[in-house]
Parts: sequence; C-alpha cells; structure tokens
Amino acid sequence: MARINDVGGTQGFGAIDTTDDTEPFHADWEARVVGLYNTLRAQGIFNTNEFRDAIESMPPADYLATSYYERWFLAICSLLERKGVIEPGELDD
Amino acid sequence: MSGDHHTDATTARRVRRLETLLEEKGLITGERLDEAIDAFLAESSPANGARVVARAWTDDAYRARLLADGTAAVQELGHMEGSYQRLRVVENTESVHNVIVCTLCSCYPLRLLGPSPSWYKSEAYRSRVVREPRAVLREFGLTLPDSVDVVVWDSSAETRYMVLPRRPQATEGLDEEELAALVTRNALIGTAPL
Repeated sequence: MARINDVGGTQGFGAIDTTDDTEPFHADWEARVVGLYNTLRAQGIFNTNEFRDAIESMPPADYLATSYYERWFLAICSLLERKGVIEPGELDD
Repeated sequence: MSGDHHTDATTARRVRRLETLLEEKGLITGERLDEAIDAFLAESSPANGARVVARAWTDDAYRARLLADGTAAVQELGHMEGSYQRLRVVENTESVHNVIVCTLCSCYPLRLLGPSPSWYKSEAYRSRVVREPRAVLREFGLTLPDSVDVVVWDSSAETRYMVLPRRPQATEGLDEEELAALVTRNALIGTAPL
C-alpha cells in the first residue's frame, strides 16, 4: 500500500514557494531536533531505516498537517516510546 | 502546513521537555547536542559541491572519473568520506538538462549542497517535478527550449544525485576558485541555470 509520503506525481499540492531560504533552521528547536536525531542514532537507540519508517508510517492527516522538522520530532518520540525509553504521555502538558 | 507561532511554541516546549527527560536518563547532554548540530552544519556546504564542479570543468580526466563514479571522485577531494551513500553526478549538456528530487522525503547530498531549501522538502515540489518538470522549472524562472530533454532523478536512501551544470560561456580566463564562486546551490539541484 502506498504511504502518504509517496507523493510523486500526485496532483493538487499547488504552486511551489521557490523562496530561496538559506537558513538551515527556522527556529532553535529545529536545530535541537537534528541534534537529538544525530545523538540518539549515534548511540544506537534507533537507526536511519527505523527513523525513516517512523516518518513514513505517520497517519496521513498528521503527516500533511505537520512541518518537516515536526515530523522528525514526532518520529523520534514514537521510536523512543516503542523502545521503552520514554512513556506515552510523558511529554504532555 | 503548520509553522504558525502557536504550533511553534508548543513544539519548542515539547522538544525542550524531551531534551530534559533524556538528560535525566543520562542519554544525552546539552553539550553533545550542540556538538552534533555544529558538526552537521560544518561539514555541509554548497561550497563543497562548487569546488567539485570547478575541478570537473578544468580537468577532463577528473570529469570522466566524476561521471563514472561520483562517490570515489568526490572522496578524492575529501568529501563524503566514510559515507555509506552512493553519489551519482549527472551532466547537463546542450541537449539534456538534469534536475534532482526526493519524491519520498528529502534525500539530498547534504555534504556537497549544504542543508536543503524548504521547497526541496515540500510536497508541491516533490509531487510535481516528476510529472511536469518543465512547468516546475518555469516557476523557478528557468524556461528550457523543447529541443532540450529534461531528465528528473529521484533520490533514494542509498543513492544521491548532484547536477554537473554547464560551464558558463566566456569563463576561459578564470581559475578554479573563481569558477567555483559562480556555482549556485540551485544549479547543483537543477532548478537554475548558470
């Protein structure tokens, strides 16, 4: 079954915002998420393929409603929960 | 797409909370995170790809090696060492224009092109460039004549692509460094001419 990330050829996403942003991160938390990803992966807590799968298996509505690095963060959280590193709900307000 | 202030503040708070939790569990430290971010930014720059292109423009033997085995050729210049990924360099000519995408997500030769622009990761670019590349390139201000074939390369987990742009005319007198300064990130993606 095709997953929501497999958008090649899909119609209806509209015009491309071609703004040439040269800033790698648009908020400090985005950089922290990349740091978390690299650090946790380097420790073997999850690997690249598990991480990719965690993003690609997001519910379609969540995938489309979130930004690039929000997806990274949600994927990291779901992997940490699955591996018992954190408990479900531990990050909630 | 989100990106509004409310979502941003909520996510920022949750990221901070996760960082604190993982620090308490002894899995990370703030310093290690800082180092990981700095390392990511330090080793990823479009200046690296530009130097590879300038070498290819000035050294035919290097150009041949680059097109035959991109990974090995960029490693000669000290890039992508130890990478498990394969790099394939695709050459623009008078009759062929290349453009790269990752329809599934965001695969990209980071170390040679630097962090990718937001549009490269957008659903709009990923979905459309494989279906109507000429229309997409026009949105970037690049109109190609019908006589030029457009080839779109879809990246994967294992294989990354980089475009070798055509050397601009009237640059015979320039040295390698001056040539490298002409190369833009979008030219390495294929969404801009040189």
